[in-house]
Amino acid sequence: MEQTLDLSHSPLKSFVTFIKRWLFTTNHKDIGTLYLLFSLLMFFIGGIFALLIRAELFQPGARLLAPEFFNQMTTMHGLVMLFLAIMPAFSGFANWMIPLMIGAPDMAMPRMNNWAFWILPVAAILLSSTLFMDGSAPNFGWTMYAPLSTVYGPASTDYLILAIHLMGLSSLMGAINIIVTLLNLRTPGMALMKMPIFCWSWLVTAFLLIGVMPVLAAAVTMMLMDRHFATSFFNAAGGGDPLLYQHLFWFFGHPEVYIIILPAFGIISQVIPTFSRKKLFGYRFMVYAMLVIAFLSFIVWVHHMFVTGVPLAAELFFMYTTMLIAVPTGVKVFNWVTTMYRGAISFETPMLFALAFVILFTIGGFSGVMLSLVPADFQYQDTYFVVAHFHYVLVPGALFAALAGAYYWLPKMTGVMYNERLGQCHFWLSVIGVNLTFFPMHFLGLAGMPRRIADYSLQFANFNAIASLGAFLFGFAQLFFLYMIIQALRGKGKKATAQVWEGAEGLEWTLSSPPPLHSFTTPPKFE
Amino acid sequence: MIAKSSNKKIFILLCMTTLSMFGIGFAMIPLYNVLCKNLGINGKTDKNAYHASHEIDLSRSIRVEFMTNNNNYLPWDFYPRLQHIQLHPGENILIYFAAKNNSKQPMTVQAIPSVSPGLAARYLKKTECFCFTQQTFNPGQHRDMPVLFHIDPHLPKNINTITLAYTLFDTSGLKKTKLVSQNLRRIPA
Repeated sequence: MEQTLDLSHSPLKSFVTFIKRWLFTTNHKDIGTLYLLFSLLMFFIGGIFALLIRAELFQPGARLLAPEFFNQMTTMHGLVMLFLAIMPAFSGFANWMIPLMIGAPDMAMPRMNNWAFWILPVAAILLSSTLFMDGSAPNFGWTMYAPLSTVYGPASTDYLILAIHLMGLSSLMGAINIIVTLLNLRTPGMALMKMPIFCWSWLVTAFLLIGVMPVLAAAVTMMLMDRHFATSFFNAAGGGDPLLYQHLFWFFGHPEVYIIILPAFGIISQVIPTFSRKKLFGYRFMVYAMLVIAFLSFIVWVHHMFVTGVPLAAELFFMYTTMLIAVPTGVKVFNWVTTMYRGAISFETPMLFALAFVILFTIGGFSGVMLSLVPADFQYQDTYFVVAHFHYVLVPGALFAALAGAYYWLPKMTGVMYNERLGQCHFWLSVIGVNLTFFPMHFLGLAGMPRRIADYSLQFANFNAIASLGAFLFGFAQLFFLYMIIQALRGKGKKATAQVWEGAEGLEWTLSSPPPLHSFTTPPKFE
Repeated sequence: MIAKSSNKKIFILLCMTTLSMFGIGFAMIPLYNVLCKNLGINGKTDKNAYHASHEIDLSRSIRVEFMTNNNNYLPWDFYPRLQHIQLHPGENILIYFAAKNNSKQPMTVQAIPSVSPGLAARYLKKTECFCFTQQTFNPGQHRDMPVLFHIDPHLPKNINTITLAYTLFDTSGLKKTKLVSQNLRRIPA
């Protein structure tokens, strides 16, 4: 008998098919999965950077890392976590869930969607390659202030600039896609004010992205020109002004923090009603609050620059606008609490993360109000108090919301339930770890410990040791999460029902778990 | 469901918004300069020569302090001949800053002034200043560079001390900017 070689089953061919499947996919679920897995990987890389920082700060004295390398770590940790971990995580949820929530067959522009994702790994490679370059990786903090990044920046800064351009392009394409999808592809009968709140949060976020990402692109372009084409945008010698960079950066930077937190608000506003078995309290006001926050975010940026010598009138204006943000944010917190009031609450892992979010994010919000006070800010500026503040809004804020979303939607995405007991372990270790890490930083900051420095005075030693222990606890607790994701991807676990959660409402829960690759090819009915 | 052409319309609209925001990023530079200049808020003195008015307010006396900095380890000596001066608003003052190029090659520098408190900047009027132009020095060359200025009598009453600081920047690698060349023309011979 003649032996025939069956190429269709050769390992090479199936490998090529596998690569092609993911490289060329235009399916929103595939792309959502890619975003989420990419973000998970980056979360662990950024986490390793963070643990290196905390290991160095465990004891006073530059013991573990060279101070120059410490500076690179603080820079890379910030950039990776913000641009490559948190933002893609929410983009991933948006890609997965928005079409399912509004009853659309896919995103409006599937091919652009594919491109938006695949330039992210390129940006990640550009950014992380700087760590292996001669000279040094970017070492001036994630804010990239001129002249540190222009006159004094290492050669690798150019790679950072191009990586920022790519990350900006990616999120802009994602934002445009989301807006078109949400405006055009809603199932008949779903008015804008009937959209699930997560979709609303992304609609607002997408507009914020379009409003400020190009400004960051402009700022880093100027940086590139100052570095190589003898322009003087930020160079005082040629008539420029380094302060201009700070204005441009924070014009982007402040809305950026809402770009990160609004989708988090959206997820929390989905999770809390589900596990309280009640409708979201004050849906309308939740939407208005997000619109107000988005508007205010454009007129507060100078609160990052109170000590640069801005005139008194500007200090007062930006102080009041900043404090004003507490009002719509307070509306949201109030509505979450009222949603839970007299609800039949159960405490599954997503709900635990959501509850921790509400409490701990509010702590971060309060320290934000403290920082908005000009005279207090003069004291807190560039101390660990600021570090404590923004980590409280980013870690138990944005990250916990992403984790809540992951546990909430994982059974829908994979079709299997995660292990509830391990989920609870993950939650409790995380919440203890986070507070051990970041709460002492408030005291360190009030006592005057400066940010971004590899060493510190002896009197700060105890709190720093506690923070470092907490950081390692928190870091290793994430391995529970990794394990559960791997189990879910392998299909191990109890089969999930279509509705998954008893109190879950919305179109996405009418589909099977996992949903078919192509869903809602005909628009579903919406009451 | 809305027709597909509407996708394209929104897409184009959003792309245009994105591009215009990129443009606005650049437009912020002139905007920022105009705002700062008109509100007098960033401690920059007028870059153009000013023709003095001669009303002197003898009822007040202002202390003006002079400071110098070298940017980025510039190998120059640069210091004011006078540390501080007590003057009346409206009084014309001529002071000198000494500079010496200690390097082995000719260098072109630009002095960038900064006034503190920032709100006083617009009341410090310079008739002549070495900071209006770039200065080229040969190796080892030294020279006293003049500043002729007065304080506008409208200086707010609560300001009694003004610090005028100059930072010397190496501009050998930079092209002469348009701004500087314009100033060159305006300075009276």
